[in-house]
Amino acid sequence: MRRIQHAFLDEYSDLDSVIHKLDPRAKLIGFVALVVLCVSTPPNLWLAFAVFLALEMTVLFISHVPLRHVLKRMLIVVPFILAVALFIPFFNKGGGSYNLGPLKVSAHGLTILWNVTIKSMVSVFAVILLSSTTPFPDLLHAMEKLKMPRIITTTLSFTYRYVFVLLDELQRMKRARDSRGWSGKWLWQAKVIGHMIGALFLRSYERGERVYAAMLSRGYDGQVQTAYTYRVGVAEIGFLALIVLVPIAVRLSF
Amino acid sequence: MHHRPAVEIRSLLYSYPDGTLALRGIDLVIEEGESVGIVGPNGAGKSTLLLHLNGILMGKGDVRVFGLPVEKKNLQEIRRRVGLVFQDPDDQLFCPTVFEDVAFGPMNMGLSKKEVSLAVSRALRDVGVAGKERRSAHHLSYGQKKRVSIATVLSMRPDLLVLDEPSSNLDPKSRRELSELLQNMPITKILVTHDLPFVFENCDRVVVLSAGRIAADGAAFDILSDEELLAEYGLELPYGFYPVQRQRSKNHDREM
Ligand SMILES: Nc1ncnc2c1ncn2[C@@H]1O[C@H](COP(=O)(O)OP(=O)(O)OP(=O)(O)O)[C@@H](O)[C@H]1O
Ligand SMILES: [Mg+2]
Repeated sequence: MRRIQHAFLDEYSDLDSVIHKLDPRAKLIGFVALVVLCVSTPPNLWLAFAVFLALEMTVLFISHVPLRHVLKRMLIVVPFILAVALFIPFFNKGGGSYNLGPLKVSAHGLTILWNVTIKSMVSVFAVILLSSTTPFPDLLHAMEKLKMPRIITTTLSFTYRYVFVLLDELQRMKRARDSRGWSGKWLWQAKVIGHMIGALFLRSYERGERVYAAMLSRGYDGQVQTAYTYRVGVAEIGFLALIVLVPIAVRLSF
Repeated sequence: MHHRPAVEIRSLLYSYPDGTLALRGIDLVIEEGESVGIVGPNGAGKSTLLLHLNGILMGKGDVRVFGLPVEKKNLQEIRRRVGLVFQDPDDQLFCPTVFEDVAFGPMNMGLSKKEVSLAVSRALRDVGVAGKERRSAHHLSYGQKKRVSIATVLSMRPDLLVLDEPSSNLDPKSRRELSELLQNMPITKILVTHDLPFVFENCDRVVVLSAGRIAADGAAFDILSDEELLAEYGLELPYGFYPVQRQRSKNHDREM
């Protein structure tokens, strides 16, 4: 039973910087606050966005997570920005317009494009920082400690544990299928996909039953307990001051 | 107090909801301290039998563990005392981290955080994977997953260890290490496996299960050297493995 390698969900989260060592609750609150503050900032406050990005760059620098990793992960927002870019500038009239070669673009449209671009970048940057400085299990505990509903944290926890097991299973099925000459060129072969989805569903269902039996065997009675303790210290307060208070101060100063 | 065997099963019948008759009358007594191997062809009912030992399945008949009838009111106590390890570590390990998986049982037992931490470190040390607490099971090798799976029940300090196919998919070194680990554990053990040499190394007694019935039950040496019996139930020793020779070297080791 060979294990197929996948990218880590929380790559670099096992580094050993000051940021990595912070209480995960502080990081969760800090970055979420930063996102909320950023999203609620009017798009014409250029300086505010510069401050947000500078803060994030500072955290990145302290955490020793390579910039290249962040940039790579940030590529996922590009399609969304492009989709917005394609439509909005042309459909929104008002606030004057510019001629870009043969195209006429409204100023209002450009503002919306800028708004979407900068806010999604700052937000995604924050999420990447959070996930690459905090192992996912710690994040789950932070959510639990912050009284996020159990059903959500438990679901996330099983997802984290089994998403790769499931992908491995799918990968193995695909190999078995391709080893027997499946080309995907013929219509009748499409049926095979249906069978595979069915098999995957069945396997997951059966796995679910076995996992539940394993839980019962160790005395599970419907109540999940946790054994983690965290403490909030100077570092956490410093971090929260930096990541929450600075943006608030910037916002208030306009 | 009168004598109580670790496991006492009387005329146990079980059929799955779809009608498959998996156990057709099992009678089995296992004494405390015994180490018993259960062998038999695929579909014989071995795994089904194991699931009756802690009440995951409940069939017709009488099952007692350490004198306690396996029934709803005793389940909590029984599940603490019976450490059942499933074949696939991906079923056994369902938490985000190794620590939480090994802590799951002790937490359900209601131990304090400090006791839980202690139980976890001890169990992980016993199976030789100390220091992997914060890892995700996904990032462990197969051999390490198997060990952690065993740690998940050792942390509950069971009195009976029940392992389904413990040596399957292990490389020879991991398999030998597992064998050593088991031999150093002085509790009652039940191993289900197709790996007859593994049974020979680790068990004094062998039970052959076939089509939901016990076909043979006896000393490991007697059963494993009975070629006719093995052949009848589709069991085969690996080429070049002779119990007689192994027994001699076992005895030799003992005398030294
Ligand atoms: N969930 C289930 N539903 C219906 N029938 C089942 C189920 N699980 C097992 N069976 C059937 O019960 C019988 C005994 O199965 P069991 O898994 O106990 O065999 P086993 O001895 O463990 O086999 P193996 O060596 O393959 O693990 C088989 O005929 C099997 O097909
Ligand atoms: Mg089985």
